[in-house]
Amino acid sequence: MAEVNELVKSLSHKHGKERGSLLPILQGITEVEKSLSAEIMIEVARELNISTAEVYGTASFYSFLDTEPRGEFVIRVCKTISCDMKGKRQIVKTLEDLLKIKVGETTHNKKFTLLETNCLGWCHKAPAMLINDEVYTDLDDNKVKKIIRKYRSK
Amino acid sequence: MPNDSLKRVDFIFDKDYNCKEVLYDAFKLTRDEIIEEIIKSGLRGRGGAGFYTGVKWKYAREELADEKVVICNADEGEPGTFKDRAILEEVPSKVLAGMALCGKVIGAKKGYIYLRGEYNYLKPKLEQEINKFTDILHSELNFDFNIKIFSGAGAYVCGEETALLNSMEGLRGEPRNKPPYPTHSGLFGKPTVVNNVETLVYAVMVFKIGAEKFKNIGIQGSSGSKLFSVSGDTPKSGIYELEFGMKVSDFVNEFGDGDAKAVQVGGASGFCVPRKAFDKTTIGYQGKLKGNSLPTGGSMMIFNSSRSMYNVLHNYLEFFVEESCGQCVPCRIGTQQLLKGIEAIKKGKKSSEYLENLLALSETMRLTSKCGLGQSVGNSFSSIVENFKEEMIY
Repeated sequence: MAEVNELVKSLSHKHGKERGSLLPILQGITEVEKSLSAEIMIEVARELNISTAEVYGTASFYSFLDTEPRGEFVIRVCKTISCDMKGKRQIVKTLEDLLKIKVGETTHNKKFTLLETNCLGWCHKAPAMLINDEVYTDLDDNKVKKIIRKYRSK
Repeated sequence: MPNDSLKRVDFIFDKDYNCKEVLYDAFKLTRDEIIEEIIKSGLRGRGGAGFYTGVKWKYAREELADEKVVICNADEGEPGTFKDRAILEEVPSKVLAGMALCGKVIGAKKGYIYLRGEYNYLKPKLEQEINKFTDILHSELNFDFNIKIFSGAGAYVCGEETALLNSMEGLRGEPRNKPPYPTHSGLFGKPTVVNNVETLVYAVMVFKIGAEKFKNIGIQGSSGSKLFSVSGDTPKSGIYELEFGMKVSDFVNEFGDGDAKAVQVGGASGFCVPRKAFDKTTIGYQGKLKGNSLPTGGSMMIFNSSRSMYNVLHNYLEFFVEESCGQCVPCRIGTQQLLKGIEAIKKGKKSSEYLENLLALSETMRLTSKCGLGQSVGNSFSSIVENFKEEMIY
Protein backbone atom coordinates (compact mmCIF):
# COMPACT_ATOMS: atom_id res chain seq x y z
CA MET A 1 0.00 0.00 0.00
CA ALA A 2 2.85 2.37 0.81
CA GLU A 3 4.29 1.76 -2.64
CA VAL A 4 0.95 2.61 -4.22
CA ASN A 5 0.79 5.86 -2.27
CA GLU A 6 4.27 6.72 -3.44
CA LEU A 7 3.32 6.12 -7.05
CA VAL A 8 0.21 8.29 -6.85
CA LYS A 9 2.16 11.03 -5.07
CA SER A 10 4.96 11.06 -7.62
CA LEU A 11 2.48 11.18 -10.51
CA SER A 12 0.45 14.00 -9.00
CA HIS A 13 3.71 15.82 -8.39
CA LYS A 14 4.64 15.38 -12.05
CA HIS A 15 1.27 16.22 -13.62
CA GLY A 16 -0.35 18.46 -10.99
CA LYS A 17 -3.38 18.02 -8.78
CA GLU A 18 -5.94 19.61 -11.07
CA ARG A 19 -8.81 17.64 -12.55
CA GLY A 20 -7.11 17.87 -15.94
CA SER A 21 -4.29 15.75 -14.58
CA LEU A 22 -6.57 12.80 -13.89
CA LEU A 23 -6.07 11.00 -17.20
CA PRO A 24 -2.26 11.35 -17.26
CA ILE A 25 -2.14 10.11 -13.65
CA LEU A 26 -4.35 7.10 -14.39
CA GLN A 27 -2.26 6.35 -17.48
CA GLY A 28 0.93 6.57 -15.42
CA ILE A 29 -0.45 4.08 -12.91
CA THR A 30 -1.59 1.72 -15.67
CA GLU A 31 1.90 1.79 -17.15
CA VAL A 32 3.39 0.51 -13.90
CA GLU A 33 0.60 -1.57 -12.39
CA LYS A 34 -1.14 -2.62 -15.68
CA SER A 35 -4.55 -1.96 -14.14
CA LEU A 36 -6.37 0.27 -11.69
CA SER A 37 -7.34 -1.39 -8.40
CA ALA A 38 -10.09 -0.03 -6.16
CA GLU A 39 -7.45 0.93 -3.56
CA ILE A 40 -5.43 2.95 -6.01
CA MET A 41 -8.49 4.78 -7.38
CA ILE A 42 -9.43 5.74 -3.79
CA GLU A 43 -5.91 7.03 -3.32
CA VAL A 44 -6.08 9.08 -6.54
CA ALA A 45 -9.43 10.54 -5.46
CA ARG A 46 -7.93 11.56 -2.11
CA GLU A 47 -4.88 13.08 -3.79
CA LEU A 48 -6.91 15.18 -6.26
CA ASN A 49 -9.64 15.90 -3.73
CA ILE A 50 -12.48 14.55 -5.86
CA SER A 51 -14.91 11.71 -5.22
CA THR A 52 -13.92 8.12 -5.91
CA ALA A 53 -16.97 7.79 -8.15
CA GLU A 54 -15.55 10.51 -10.37
CA VAL A 55 -12.26 8.66 -10.68
CA TYR A 56 -14.00 5.37 -11.40
CA GLY A 57 -16.38 7.07 -13.84
CA THR A 58 -13.49 8.42 -15.87
CA ALA A 59 -11.36 5.28 -15.61
CA SER A 60 -14.14 2.91 -16.67
CA PHE A 61 -14.89 4.97 -19.78
CA TYR A 62 -11.59 4.30 -21.53
CA SER A 63 -10.63 0.95 -22.94
CA PHE A 64 -6.93 1.48 -22.24
CA LEU A 65 -7.58 2.10 -18.55
CA ASP A 66 -8.34 -1.34 -17.14
CA THR A 67 -10.06 -1.69 -13.82
CA GLU A 68 -9.59 -5.48 -13.83
CA PRO A 69 -6.24 -7.13 -13.10
CA ARG A 70 -4.07 -7.53 -16.21
CA GLY A 71 -0.87 -9.36 -17.01
CA GLU A 72 2.56 -7.90 -17.61
CA PHE A 73 1.98 -7.96 -21.37
CA VAL A 74 -1.45 -6.93 -22.59
CA ILE A 75 -2.15 -8.22 -26.10
CA ARG A 76 -4.84 -6.36 -28.03
CA VAL A 77 -5.81 -7.92 -31.33
CA CYS A 78 -7.61 -5.60 -33.74
CA LYS A 79 -11.05 -6.94 -34.58
CA THR A 80 -12.32 -4.22 -36.89
CA ILE A 81 -13.30 -4.86 -40.48
CA SER A 82 -9.96 -5.01 -42.39
CA CYS A 83 -8.30 -7.21 -39.79
CA ASP A 84 -11.46 -9.31 -39.60
CA MET A 85 -11.35 -9.79 -43.39
CA LYS A 86 -7.66 -10.68 -43.36
CA GLY A 87 -7.76 -13.46 -40.82
CA LYS A 88 -7.99 -11.94 -37.35
CA ARG A 89 -10.04 -14.93 -36.13
CA GLN A 90 -7.19 -17.31 -36.90
CA ILE A 91 -4.73 -15.01 -35.11
CA VAL A 92 -6.90 -14.98 -32.01
CA LYS A 93 -7.23 -18.77 -32.13
CA THR A 94 -3.47 -19.20 -32.42
CA LEU A 95 -2.95 -16.90 -29.45
CA GLU A 96 -5.59 -18.73 -27.42
CA ASP A 97 -3.91 -22.07 -28.17
CA LEU A 98 -0.44 -20.77 -27.39
CA LEU A 99 -1.37 -19.02 -24.16
CA LYS A 100 -4.10 -21.50 -23.16
CA ILE A 101 -6.50 -18.70 -22.30
CA LYS A 102 -9.57 -17.19 -23.95
CA VAL A 103 -10.06 -13.58 -25.01
CA GLY A 104 -10.52 -11.48 -21.87
CA GLU A 105 -8.42 -13.79 -19.67
CA THR A 106 -4.97 -13.58 -18.10
CA THR A 107 -2.45 -16.42 -17.84
CA HIS A 108 -1.88 -17.97 -14.40
CA ASN A 109 1.64 -16.59 -14.20
CA LYS A 110 0.18 -13.09 -14.79
CA LYS A 111 2.43 -12.67 -17.81
CA PHE A 112 -0.12 -12.29 -20.63
CA THR A 113 -3.62 -10.87 -21.00
CA LEU A 114 -5.44 -11.46 -24.30
CA LEU A 115 -7.95 -8.83 -25.45
CA GLU A 116 -9.59 -7.66 -28.63
CA THR A 117 -9.74 -3.99 -29.54
CA ASN A 118 -11.20 -1.69 -32.18
CA CYS A 119 -9.39 -0.28 -35.20
CA LEU A 120 -5.67 0.19 -34.52
CA GLY A 121 -5.05 2.15 -37.72
CA TRP A 122 -3.04 -0.54 -39.55
CA CYS A 123 -5.76 -1.63 -41.99
CA HIS A 124 -3.31 -1.76 -44.91
CA LYS A 125 -1.13 -4.21 -43.00
CA ALA A 126 -3.86 -6.35 -41.46
CA PRO A 127 -4.12 -8.31 -39.28
CA ALA A 128 -2.54 -6.24 -36.54
CA MET A 129 -2.12 -6.32 -32.77
CA LEU A 130 -0.63 -4.32 -29.94
CA ILE A 131 1.43 -5.77 -27.10
CA ASN A 132 1.51 -2.99 -24.52
CA ASP A 133 2.58 -0.07 -26.79
CA GLU A 134 4.36 -2.15 -29.46
CA VAL A 135 2.63 -2.66 -32.82
CA TYR A 136 2.80 -5.91 -34.81
CA THR A 137 1.35 -6.08 -38.33
CA ASP A 138 0.92 -8.44 -41.29
CA LEU A 139 0.45 -11.25 -38.79
CA ASP A 140 0.32 -14.94 -39.57
CA ASP A 141 0.61 -18.03 -37.35
CA ASN A 142 4.37 -18.27 -37.55
CA LYS A 143 4.89 -14.62 -36.84
CA VAL A 144 2.60 -14.79 -33.82
CA LYS A 145 4.45 -17.84 -32.45
CA LYS A 146 7.79 -16.07 -32.79
CA ILE A 147 6.51 -12.92 -31.12
CA ILE A 148 5.09 -14.83 -28.16
CA ARG A 149 8.31 -16.81 -27.78
CA LYS A 150 10.19 -13.52 -27.61
CA TYR A 151 7.91 -12.14 -24.90
CA ARG A 152 8.00 -15.39 -22.90
CA SER A 153 11.73 -15.05 -22.49
CA LYS A 154 11.49 -11.42 -21.39
CA MET B 1 -1.25 1.04 -64.97
CA PRO B 2 -1.23 4.83 -65.18
CA ASN B 3 -4.61 6.43 -64.82
CA ASP B 4 -5.03 10.00 -66.01
CA SER B 5 -8.35 10.55 -64.33
CA LEU B 6 -6.82 10.08 -60.89
CA LYS B 7 -4.54 12.99 -60.27
CA ARG B 8 -1.84 12.08 -57.84
CA VAL B 9 -0.13 14.91 -56.06
CA ASP B 10 2.56 15.07 -53.45
CA PHE B 11 2.19 17.91 -50.99
CA ILE B 12 1.90 16.19 -47.66
CA PHE B 13 4.93 13.92 -47.79
CA ASP B 14 7.04 16.20 -49.98
CA LYS B 15 10.35 16.59 -48.15
CA ASP B 16 11.37 19.71 -50.07
CA TYR B 17 10.09 21.92 -47.36
CA ASN B 18 11.53 24.11 -44.65
CA CYS B 19 9.06 24.99 -41.91
CA LYS B 20 11.19 27.88 -40.74
CA GLU B 21 11.11 29.61 -44.14
CA VAL B 22 7.39 29.07 -44.69
CA LEU B 23 6.53 30.35 -41.22
CA TYR B 24 8.99 33.23 -41.52
CA ASP B 25 7.20 34.47 -44.64
CA ALA B 26 3.73 33.84 -43.25
CA PHE B 27 4.53 35.69 -40.03
CA LYS B 28 5.27 38.82 -42.07
CA LEU B 29 1.55 39.06 -42.77
CA THR B 30 -0.94 40.39 -40.26
CA ARG B 31 -3.18 37.92 -38.47
CA ASP B 32 -6.16 38.98 -40.54
CA GLU B 33 -4.20 38.63 -43.75
CA ILE B 34 -3.28 35.07 -42.82
CA ILE B 35 -6.94 34.26 -42.17
CA GLU B 36 -7.89 35.85 -45.50
CA GLU B 37 -5.41 33.62 -47.31
CA ILE B 38 -6.74 30.46 -45.66
CA ILE B 39 -10.33 31.44 -46.40
CA LYS B 40 -9.42 32.28 -49.99
CA SER B 41 -7.77 28.87 -50.44
CA GLY B 42 -11.07 27.18 -49.65
CA LEU B 43 -9.35 24.79 -47.21
CA ARG B 44 -11.80 22.59 -45.33
CA GLY B 45 -11.26 20.27 -42.38
CA ARG B 46 -9.75 16.96 -43.43
CA GLY B 47 -11.07 14.97 -40.47
CA GLY B 48 -14.31 14.29 -42.30
CA ALA B 49 -16.73 17.03 -41.29
CA GLY B 50 -15.29 19.57 -43.73
CA PHE B 51 -15.75 22.85 -41.88
CA TYR B 52 -13.93 25.83 -43.42
CA THR B 53 -10.60 26.11 -41.60
CA GLY B 54 -10.18 29.85 -42.15
CA VAL B 55 -13.62 30.55 -40.72
CA LYS B 56 -12.88 28.45 -37.64
CA TRP B 57 -9.65 30.38 -37.05
CA LYS B 58 -11.48 33.66 -37.58
CA TYR B 59 -14.05 32.82 -34.91
CA ALA B 60 -11.32 32.01 -32.39
CA ARG B 61 -9.36 35.10 -33.38
CA GLU B 62 -12.36 37.33 -32.65
CA GLU B 63 -12.79 36.01 -29.10
CA LEU B 64 -11.46 38.14 -26.28
CA ALA B 65 -9.65 35.98 -23.74
CA ASP B 66 -6.36 35.98 -21.82
CA GLU B 67 -5.64 32.47 -22.98
CA LYS B 68 -6.49 30.51 -26.11
CA VAL B 69 -5.59 27.00 -27.16
CA VAL B 70 -4.71 25.11 -30.36
CA ILE B 71 -5.36 21.38 -30.43
CA CYS B 72 -4.21 19.00 -33.09
CA ASN B 73 -6.71 16.15 -33.24
CA ALA B 74 -4.67 12.98 -33.71
CA ASP B 75 -7.35 10.67 -32.32
CA GLU B 76 -7.62 8.93 -35.66
CA GLY B 77 -9.99 6.05 -34.99
CA GLU B 78 -12.33 5.70 -37.95
CA PRO B 79 -12.05 2.13 -39.23
CA GLY B 80 -9.96 2.17 -42.38
CA THR B 81 -8.15 5.45 -41.66
CA PHE B 82 -4.43 5.51 -40.96
CA LYS B 83 -3.10 8.61 -42.71
CA ASP B 84 -2.63 10.83 -39.65
CA ARG B 85 -0.29 8.26 -38.16
CA ALA B 86 1.84 8.35 -41.31
CA ILE B 87 1.90 12.16 -41.29
CA LEU B 88 3.04 12.28 -37.67
CA GLU B 89 5.64 9.64 -38.35
CA GLU B 90 7.08 11.07 -41.55
CA VAL B 91 6.55 14.84 -41.58
CA PRO B 92 5.83 15.91 -37.98
CA SER B 93 7.41 19.34 -38.45
CA LYS B 94 4.66 20.30 -40.91
CA VAL B 95 1.99 19.53 -38.31
CA LEU B 96 3.83 21.54 -35.68
CA ALA B 97 4.20 24.44 -38.14
CA GLY B 98 0.44 24.34 -38.77
CA MET B 99 -0.20 24.53 -35.04
CA ALA B 100 2.18 27.46 -34.67
CA LEU B 101 0.53 29.26 -37.56
CA CYS B 102 -2.89 28.80 -35.99
CA GLY B 103 -1.50 29.88 -32.62
CA LYS B 104 -0.09 33.04 -34.14
CA VAL B 105 -3.39 33.86 -35.82
CA ILE B 106 -5.74 33.33 -32.91
CA GLY B 107 -3.33 34.50 -30.22
CA ALA B 108 -2.63 31.21 -28.45
CA LYS B 109 0.53 30.30 -26.59
CA LYS B 110 -0.32 26.71 -25.94
CA GLY B 111 -0.83 23.82 -28.29
CA TYR B 112 -1.66 20.19 -27.62
CA ILE B 113 -1.49 17.12 -29.78
CA TYR B 114 -4.24 14.75 -28.68
CA LEU B 115 -2.58 11.48 -29.69
CA ARG B 116 -4.68 8.34 -29.58
CA GLY B 117 -3.45 5.72 -27.12
CA GLU B 118 -2.98 3.22 -29.94
CA TYR B 119 -0.22 5.47 -31.32
CA ASN B 120 1.72 5.75 -28.06
CA TYR B 121 4.76 4.28 -29.73
CA LEU B 122 5.09 7.55 -31.71
CA LYS B 123 5.54 9.61 -28.56
CA PRO B 124 9.31 9.55 -27.98
CA LYS B 125 10.17 10.63 -31.52
CA LEU B 126 7.38 13.18 -31.61
CA GLU B 127 8.58 14.72 -28.35
CA GLN B 128 12.06 15.14 -29.83
CA GLU B 129 10.56 16.84 -32.87
CA ILE B 130 8.53 19.17 -30.68
CA ASN B 131 11.65 20.20 -28.74
CA LYS B 132 13.57 20.85 -31.93
CA PHE B 133 10.70 22.80 -33.43
CA THR B 134 9.89 24.97 -30.43
CA ASP B 135 13.58 25.87 -30.10
CA ILE B 136 13.50 27.27 -33.63
CA LEU B 137 10.18 28.96 -32.94
CA HIS B 138 11.45 30.69 -29.79
CA SER B 139 14.94 31.63 -30.91
CA GLU B 140 14.64 32.28 -34.63
CA LEU B 141 11.01 33.20 -35.20
CA ASN B 142 10.58 34.98 -31.91
CA PHE B 143 7.24 33.34 -31.18
CA ASP B 144 6.43 32.14 -27.68
CA PHE B 145 4.41 29.00 -28.38
CA ASN B 146 4.67 25.63 -26.66
CA ILE B 147 3.34 22.23 -27.66
CA LYS B 148 2.58 19.22 -25.49
CA ILE B 149 1.33 15.74 -26.24
CA PHE B 150 -1.81 14.55 -24.50
CA SER B 151 -2.34 10.79 -24.77
CA GLY B 152 -5.79 9.42 -25.42
CA ALA B 153 -6.83 6.20 -23.74
CA GLY B 154 -8.71 4.18 -26.32
CA ALA B 155 -12.04 5.79 -27.13
CA TYR B 156 -13.23 6.36 -30.71
CA VAL B 157 -15.73 9.01 -29.67
CA CYS B 158 -12.92 11.26 -28.41
CA GLY B 159 -12.22 12.15 -32.03
CA GLU B 160 -15.39 14.26 -31.70
CA GLU B 161 -13.94 17.60 -30.69
CA THR B 162 -16.00 18.29 -27.57
CA ALA B 163 -15.55 14.71 -26.31
CA LEU B 164 -11.84 15.24 -26.86
CA LEU B 165 -11.98 18.39 -24.72
CA ASN B 166 -13.82 16.60 -21.92
CA SER B 167 -11.24 13.85 -22.04
CA MET B 168 -8.44 16.42 -21.66
CA GLU B 169 -10.28 17.89 -18.69
CA GLY B 170 -10.16 14.52 -16.93
CA LEU B 171 -13.79 13.65 -17.58
CA ARG B 172 -15.49 10.81 -19.42
CA GLY B 173 -15.13 11.36 -23.15
CA GLU B 174 -18.73 12.36 -23.68
CA PRO B 175 -19.57 14.98 -26.32
CA ARG B 176 -20.94 18.32 -25.15
CA ASN B 177 -23.94 20.16 -26.45
CA LYS B 178 -23.13 22.66 -29.20
CA PRO B 179 -23.31 25.64 -29.03
CA PRO B 180 -21.18 26.87 -27.41
CA TYR B 181 -18.60 25.84 -30.00
CA PRO B 182 -15.01 25.25 -28.91
CA THR B 183 -13.86 28.43 -30.69
CA HIS B 184 -15.94 30.28 -28.09
CA SER B 185 -15.68 27.96 -25.09
CA GLY B 186 -13.30 25.04 -25.48
CA LEU B 187 -10.66 23.55 -23.20
CA PHE B 188 -11.50 24.65 -19.64
CA GLY B 189 -13.74 27.31 -21.18
CA LYS B 190 -10.98 28.91 -23.23
CA PRO B 191 -11.42 29.69 -26.94
CA THR B 192 -10.00 26.63 -28.68
CA VAL B 193 -9.33 25.58 -32.24
CA VAL B 194 -9.40 21.82 -32.82
CA ASN B 195 -7.97 20.84 -36.21
CA ASN B 196 -7.24 17.48 -37.75
CA VAL B 197 -3.57 16.56 -38.34
CA GLU B 198 -3.89 16.70 -42.11
CA THR B 199 -5.75 20.03 -42.05
CA LEU B 200 -2.87 21.68 -40.21
CA VAL B 201 -0.40 20.44 -42.81
CA TYR B 202 -2.53 21.83 -45.63
CA ALA B 203 -2.82 25.18 -43.84
CA VAL B 204 0.96 25.43 -44.08
CA MET B 205 0.88 24.23 -47.70
CA VAL B 206 -1.42 27.13 -48.56
CA PHE B 207 1.44 29.44 -47.64
CA LYS B 208 4.01 27.41 -49.47
CA ILE B 209 2.21 27.26 -52.80
CA GLY B 210 -0.21 30.19 -52.47
CA ALA B 211 -3.97 30.27 -51.91
CA GLU B 212 -4.84 30.64 -55.61
CA LYS B 213 -2.86 27.62 -56.67
CA PHE B 214 -4.22 25.59 -53.79
CA LYS B 215 -7.76 26.51 -54.73
CA ASN B 216 -7.25 25.31 -58.27
CA ILE B 217 -6.32 21.82 -57.21
CA GLY B 218 -9.31 19.53 -57.19
CA ILE B 219 -12.80 20.59 -58.16
CA GLN B 220 -14.66 23.66 -57.02
CA GLY B 221 -16.29 23.36 -53.64
CA SER B 222 -13.68 20.78 -52.67
CA SER B 223 -10.40 22.58 -53.08
CA GLY B 224 -7.13 20.82 -52.77
CA SER B 225 -6.06 17.26 -52.43
CA LYS B 226 -6.58 14.69 -49.75
CA LEU B 227 -4.82 11.70 -48.30
CA PHE B 228 -6.71 8.47 -48.84
CA SER B 229 -6.19 5.39 -46.73
CA VAL B 230 -6.82 2.47 -49.07
CA SER B 231 -7.46 -0.99 -47.67
CA GLY B 232 -9.58 -4.10 -48.04
CA ASP B 233 -9.54 -6.20 -51.22
CA THR B 234 -6.85 -4.33 -53.08
CA PRO B 235 -3.39 -5.34 -54.22
CA LYS B 236 -2.20 -1.80 -53.47
CA SER B 237 -3.29 -0.96 -49.96
CA GLY B 238 -1.61 2.08 -48.48
CA ILE B 239 -1.79 5.87 -48.35
CA TYR B 240 -2.25 7.96 -51.49
CA GLU B 241 -2.65 11.69 -51.97
CA LEU B 242 -5.22 12.39 -54.68
CA GLU B 243 -7.05 15.44 -55.94
CA PHE B 244 -10.61 15.89 -54.82
CA GLY B 245 -13.36 15.16 -57.31
CA MET B 246 -12.39 11.70 -58.52
CA LYS B 247 -15.03 9.23 -59.60
CA VAL B 248 -15.37 6.07 -57.57
CA SER B 249 -15.15 4.08 -60.82
CA ASP B 250 -11.73 5.58 -61.58
CA PHE B 251 -10.64 4.84 -58.08
CA VAL B 252 -11.76 1.21 -58.36
CA ASN B 253 -10.02 0.79 -61.72
CA GLU B 254 -6.81 1.91 -60.15
CA PHE B 255 -6.99 0.22 -56.79
CA GLY B 256 -9.48 -2.64 -57.05
CA ASP B 257 -8.57 -6.27 -57.57
CA GLY B 258 -10.83 -6.50 -60.64
CA ASP B 259 -13.72 -7.92 -58.68
CA ALA B 260 -14.85 -5.01 -56.51
CA LYS B 261 -18.51 -5.13 -55.57
CA ALA B 262 -18.60 -2.21 -53.17
CA VAL B 263 -16.48 0.60 -51.78
CA GLN B 264 -17.01 1.93 -48.29
CA VAL B 265 -16.21 5.64 -48.37
CA GLY B 266 -15.49 7.27 -45.01
CA GLY B 267 -15.23 4.21 -42.79
CA ALA B 268 -17.89 2.73 -40.54
CA SER B 269 -19.60 6.11 -40.29
CA GLY B 270 -19.44 6.66 -44.05
CA PHE B 271 -21.34 5.38 -47.06
CA CYS B 272 -21.27 2.13 -48.98
CA VAL B 273 -21.17 2.58 -52.76
CA PRO B 274 -22.29 -0.50 -54.72
CA ARG B 275 -20.83 -1.41 -58.12
CA LYS B 276 -23.82 0.00 -60.01
CA ALA B 277 -23.19 3.45 -58.52
CA PHE B 278 -19.41 3.58 -59.06
CA ASP B 279 -19.87 5.73 -62.16
CA LYS B 280 -22.31 8.15 -60.57
CA THR B 281 -20.38 8.86 -57.40
CA THR B 282 -17.53 11.29 -56.84
CA ILE B 283 -15.39 11.93 -53.81
CA GLY B 284 -15.42 15.44 -52.39
CA TYR B 285 -17.51 17.81 -50.37
CA GLN B 286 -20.83 18.93 -51.72
CA GLY B 287 -20.18 21.43 -54.45
CA LYS B 288 -20.43 21.49 -58.19
CA LEU B 289 -20.03 17.76 -58.44
CA LYS B 290 -21.83 15.53 -60.86
CA GLY B 291 -24.00 12.83 -59.37
CA ASN B 292 -23.70 11.95 -55.72
CA SER B 293 -20.72 13.37 -53.95
CA LEU B 294 -19.43 11.86 -50.77
CA PRO B 295 -17.16 13.47 -48.20
CA THR B 296 -14.62 11.30 -46.44
CA GLY B 297 -12.02 11.51 -43.74
CA GLY B 298 -9.98 9.46 -46.14
CA SER B 299 -11.02 5.89 -45.50
CA MET B 300 -11.57 3.93 -48.72
CA MET B 301 -12.25 0.26 -48.21
CA ILE B 302 -12.81 -2.07 -51.12
CA PHE B 303 -14.87 -5.26 -50.87
CA ASN B 304 -14.78 -7.91 -53.59
CA SER B 305 -17.51 -10.36 -54.46
CA SER B 306 -16.27 -12.97 -51.96
CA ARG B 307 -17.27 -10.71 -49.07
CA SER B 308 -20.58 -10.91 -47.25
CA MET B 309 -21.96 -7.42 -46.79
CA TYR B 310 -23.94 -8.77 -43.84
CA ASN B 311 -20.65 -9.54 -42.12
CA VAL B 312 -19.35 -6.08 -42.97
CA LEU B 313 -22.41 -4.38 -41.50
CA HIS B 314 -22.36 -6.68 -38.48
CA ASN B 315 -18.74 -5.70 -37.82
CA TYR B 316 -19.56 -1.99 -38.09
CA LEU B 317 -22.51 -2.29 -35.74
CA GLU B 318 -20.47 -4.18 -33.15
CA PHE B 319 -17.97 -1.36 -33.41
CA PHE B 320 -20.63 1.29 -32.79
CA VAL B 321 -22.22 -0.62 -29.90
CA GLU B 322 -18.85 -0.62 -28.14
CA GLU B 323 -17.80 2.90 -29.05
CA SER B 324 -21.09 4.72 -28.37
CA CYS B 325 -20.40 6.78 -25.26
CA GLY B 326 -23.80 5.81 -23.89
CA GLN B 327 -24.76 9.33 -22.97
CA CYS B 328 -27.81 9.77 -25.21
CA VAL B 329 -30.58 7.21 -25.64
CA PRO B 330 -30.94 7.17 -29.46
CA CYS B 331 -27.32 6.17 -29.93
CA ARG B 332 -26.91 3.89 -26.91
CA ILE B 333 -30.10 1.90 -27.51
CA GLY B 334 -30.24 2.41 -31.26
CA THR B 335 -26.87 0.83 -32.01
CA GLN B 336 -27.76 -2.23 -29.91
CA GLN B 337 -31.17 -2.65 -31.48
CA LEU B 338 -29.81 -2.36 -35.02
CA LEU B 339 -27.30 -5.12 -34.26
CA LYS B 340 -29.90 -7.36 -32.62
CA GLY B 341 -32.31 -6.61 -35.46
CA ILE B 342 -30.08 -7.71 -38.33
CA GLU B 343 -29.11 -10.84 -36.37
CA ALA B 344 -32.78 -11.71 -35.86
CA ILE B 345 -33.57 -11.25 -39.56
CA LYS B 346 -30.59 -13.36 -40.60
CA LYS B 347 -31.70 -16.15 -38.27
CA GLY B 348 -35.27 -15.93 -39.56
CA LYS B 349 -36.67 -14.84 -36.19
CA LYS B 350 -37.92 -11.66 -37.79
CA SER B 351 -39.39 -11.23 -41.26
CA SER B 352 -37.59 -9.26 -43.92
CA GLU B 353 -40.14 -6.43 -43.52
CA TYR B 354 -38.50 -5.73 -40.18
CA LEU B 355 -35.64 -4.15 -42.13
CA GLU B 356 -37.97 -1.20 -42.77
CA ASN B 357 -38.36 -0.67 -39.03
CA LEU B 358 -34.61 -0.78 -38.61
CA LEU B 359 -34.13 1.76 -41.40
CA ALA B 360 -36.64 4.03 -39.67
CA LEU B 361 -34.72 3.58 -36.42
CA SER B 362 -31.44 4.56 -38.08
CA GLU B 363 -33.17 7.67 -39.44
CA THR B 364 -34.41 8.51 -35.93
CA MET B 365 -30.85 8.17 -34.68
CA ARG B 366 -29.65 10.55 -37.38
CA LEU B 367 -32.21 13.14 -36.31
CA THR B 368 -31.98 12.81 -32.55
CA SER B 369 -28.48 11.70 -31.52
CA LYS B 370 -26.38 14.26 -29.75
CA CYS B 371 -23.19 13.93 -31.75
CA GLY B 372 -21.78 12.79 -35.06
CA LEU B 373 -21.30 9.21 -33.89
CA GLY B 374 -24.97 8.38 -33.44
CA GLN B 375 -26.00 10.64 -36.31
CA SER B 376 -23.83 8.82 -38.81
CA VAL B 377 -24.55 5.18 -37.92
CA GLY B 378 -27.43 5.40 -40.39
CA ASN B 379 -25.03 6.28 -43.23
CA SER B 380 -23.45 2.86 -43.44
CA PHE B 381 -26.57 1.09 -42.19
CA SER B 382 -28.97 2.42 -44.81
CA SER B 383 -26.49 2.36 -47.69
CA ILE B 384 -25.56 -1.27 -47.03
CA VAL B 385 -29.09 -2.50 -46.27
CA GLU B 386 -30.66 -0.77 -49.26
CA ASN B 387 -28.04 -1.93 -51.74
CA PHE B 388 -27.51 -5.46 -50.44
CA LYS B 389 -30.92 -6.36 -49.11
CA GLU B 390 -30.76 -10.02 -50.19
CA GLU B 391 -27.52 -10.50 -48.30
CA MET B 392 -29.19 -9.23 -45.13
CA ILE B 393 -32.01 -11.76 -45.40
CA TYR B 394 -30.61 -14.99 -46.88
